[in-house]
Amino acid sequence: MSTGKNQLFNQKIQVMNNYELMVIFTPVLSEDDFKSAQKKYQDFIKENGGDTVASNPWGLKSLAYPIDKKTTGIYWVLEFTGPATINEKLKVQFLRDEQIMRHMITKLDKYAVEYNHIKRNGGFPVHKAQEA
Amino acid sequence: MAKNEIKYLTAIKQEKPKKKFCRFKKYGIKYVDYKDIEFLKKFINEQGKMLPRRLSGNSLKYQRKVADAVKKARQMALLPYVTDLLK
Repeated sequence: MSTGKNQLFNQKIQVMNNYELMVIFTPVLSEDDFKSAQKKYQDFIKENGGDTVASNPWGLKSLAYPIDKKTTGIYWVLEFTGPATINEKLKVQFLRDEQIMRHMITKLDKYAVEYNHIKRNGGFPVHKAQEA
Repeated sequence: MAKNEIKYLTAIKQEKPKKKFCRFKKYGIKYVDYKDIEFLKKFINEQGKMLPRRLSGNSLKYQRKVADAVKKARQMALLPYVTDLLK
């Protein structure tokens, strides 16, 4: 019984999950630095057994409230797949990085993946549902 | 005695209030996106507080999801925690 459970547990570790990452970089970052930072983290995810699904740099955006006495930030949204162990490693990297003011990793359920997929391809799931 | 002199103890309601509905169930929305601020603003008041279910009409399942999405948006400075005159 216990070995069976162990096998199940080992299998579960291998399961790839869908995640979404949102990072707010400090607004003093230059365009090139922003791009190299994006590349750095995408490579980091690849090294740790994950893969990028979609990258979406929002660019400079005003914040709803000041963070670190700054009123603007550079937003970056990344959708990726990876094993569950990747998040702790990413978190350490983010906290060490002085260019990053804030970050958040969200786990996506199947509806979220579908929503993001439709949104990327130009459609809006809300309107589609209304027609149906 | 004229017939139109009938008086009621309590006023009769002329119009039935419109039945509220859960827009997520009606339109088949399965996922509440924390990045879609314009959509989330429908569920918060001018001070940036969440509207109760009795006003928004959401079912409990989706009210929880909206709450999660609003909280995530606040963390990432997409929505304010406290404000005035949001709308």
